[in-house]
Amino acid sequence: MNEFFSQTYEIKGKDFQNAGKVSTGIKTLLKQLGIKPEIIRKVAIACYEAEMNIVMYAKTGTMKLDIDTKKIKITVLDQGPGIQDIDLAMKEGYSTATPEMREMGFGAGMGLPNIKKNSDEFKIESSIGEGTKLEITIFIN
Amino acid sequence: MQNDFRSIKIDSEKCQGRMACMRICPTQAIRVKNRKAILINEKCIDCGMCVRVCPNNAVIPKTSSFSDFSKFKYTIALPSPVLYSQFKVEITPSLILNAFKKIGFDDAYDVACASEAVSIAIQEFLDTNFTHQPYISPFCPVIVRLVQIRYPNLLEQLIPIDSPMEIAAREAKNLKMKETGLSAKDIGVIYITPCPAKMIAIKNPPRKKYSFVDGAISIAEIYPNLIQALTKSNDDGSKSEIKGIGLGWPMLGGQVSTLKAHDTIAIAGILEVIRIFEEIENGKLKNIKYIECHSCNTACVGGSLNIENPYIARNRVIKMLEKYGNTPCQDRNYIKNLIQKNFFSLPGKIPPTPIAPIDSDISQALKKIQEKANIYEKLPKIDCGACGSPDCNTFSEDVITNNAELDDCVFIALKKFDNATVKSSDIIKKHLNKIYKNFDN
Ligand SMILES: Nc1ncnc2c1ncn2[C@@H]1O[C@H](COP(=O)(O)OP(=O)(O)OP(=O)(O)O)[C@@H](O)[C@H]1O
Ligand code: SF4
Ligand SMILES: [Mg+2]
Repeated sequence: MNEFFSQTYEIKGKDFQNAGKVSTGIKTLLKQLGIKPEIIRKVAIACYEAEMNIVMYAKTGTMKLDIDTKKIKITVLDQGPGIQDIDLAMKEGYSTATPEMREMGFGAGMGLPNIKKNSDEFKIESSIGEGTKLEITIFIN
Repeated sequence: MQNDFRSIKIDSEKCQGRMACMRICPTQAIRVKNRKAILINEKCIDCGMCVRVCPNNAVIPKTSSFSDFSKFKYTIALPSPVLYSQFKVEITPSLILNAFKKIGFDDAYDVACASEAVSIAIQEFLDTNFTHQPYISPFCPVIVRLVQIRYPNLLEQLIPIDSPMEIAAREAKNLKMKETGLSAKDIGVIYITPCPAKMIAIKNPPRKKYSFVDGAISIAEIYPNLIQALTKSNDDGSKSEIKGIGLGWPMLGGQVSTLKAHDTIAIAGILEVIRIFEEIENGKLKNIKYIECHSCNTACVGGSLNIENPYIARNRVIKMLEKYGNTPCQDRNYIKNLIQKNFFSLPGKIPPTPIAPIDSDISQALKKIQEKANIYEKLPKIDCGACGSPDCNTFSEDVITNNAELDDCVFIALKKFDNATVKSSDIIKKHLNKIYKNFDN
């Protein structure tokens, strides 16, 4: 039988104080599982950028982690404004971050492109006024 | 290489199981069983927090003893520049160095000047290397160890430059070999250390086969002898005053303030360092050139084996810098010449030493991590520590790795009373025995 692990984490919008904690928890777990550092680095970047996008742009969201012996899948779902033009949002350097967010070091417009770059499979869907869904898959071997 | 060498040990005679160490340990490397603390070597990063908090002084730093040095024909004390901050400002570094000759050493050699040279070497490195930015300072051995066990992705970011301690030790040894005609093995270089962690850098120096330092004695241990020698006698004035920016290295910012790059940060305190390492691992801070990291909350002036209050010590470092910091002790061109000859750089890689995974087989590991999550859900999540693990999360891990039993948790055990098939008295006895030793008698 193929063993698997599954867990869902909540992420709150504008909660900058706890921002990054979900990604940290996921990394700790992957280290306990003995996942290779190269893979952990990819997951770290993808999870962190996705988590920060929820914190910055959405009202609330969840990150669901599914791991089996072959792959790590992260499903990121948020309730928020959604993304008008996905192709544009995926472009390096495109950002609607506010001056305050830029002040905090965000808004380079590199989050989504970096998530894609570090994923082996990547899907993004969004509907205006409802929210955004990312499906990130990273293979373990 | 003795990768499993840890710089502290628990004296089980002195230990009363009061759990202060277990609660403060930043890597959850301590358990308390049968009222005795147990150190899990593979998780320990030698930060010395337990040394500080133990109410019974039962955490013993594994520094050298004086008898270890009787085999040497000539001994050189190599005090960490932190030592200079442990005395009133009138007692200058040169007086301190001289005092070593009155307490059984043949000579003493300054490290601050080597720090200045290393500062120049770091600057050169940062001017020409950008690939693995941000670079991380490797001079606090705790930081190196933390990266080895928890952040293997950051190993290449540890700057490959030798420590001031090593540079000074090599210089001192070479100098004395020439002066005395003795061979290297007859000359002992003894570091005077603010922390147990430096023992790691001596036993297992990063990127090197062996250290030029032969052992270490703590500042606290040598202090009484030194202060006696310093107050008793007149100085013979045979050493000129120690100068230069290297004097600032023991305090937070001491390294980065010597660098011209403004894109540097200095961090003190292991928990803050961990937070920054998480960010770097997430791909952040690439615009930063160099991060000076110290495990101790107030950097090396706050080392666990010091005598003086860290803030007072820091103030003295600032005063010393004011007085002597503006005069360079190194000739910049000479140092640049040495850099060309790879005098400071270290080849080779630092190996990762990750904590063993929950199971070496991934499908078993997944099963166990799920079980762990299930167990955690059953626990009260108040991190009381009565089970002997530092918190409920760690306890759930201990259970699935067979290092604890589920009913070691008093709350889980109490629930068992509902179950008529379990003999309640046995459970009660087990717990009371665990908490009050020999409750039976
Ligand atoms: N979850 C989301 N909900 C709504 N809009 C989003 C969401 N994620 C991204 N966007 C939009 O897409 C843009 C690009 O996102 P991306 O993560 O690539 O860059 P950024 O967040 O602006 O900057 P950086 O990630 O480099 O700090 C954002 O500025 C925002 O307009
Ligand atoms: S910060 Fe300095 S004193 Fe503290 S552990 Fe690191 S090297 Fe030792
Ligand atoms: Mg983003």
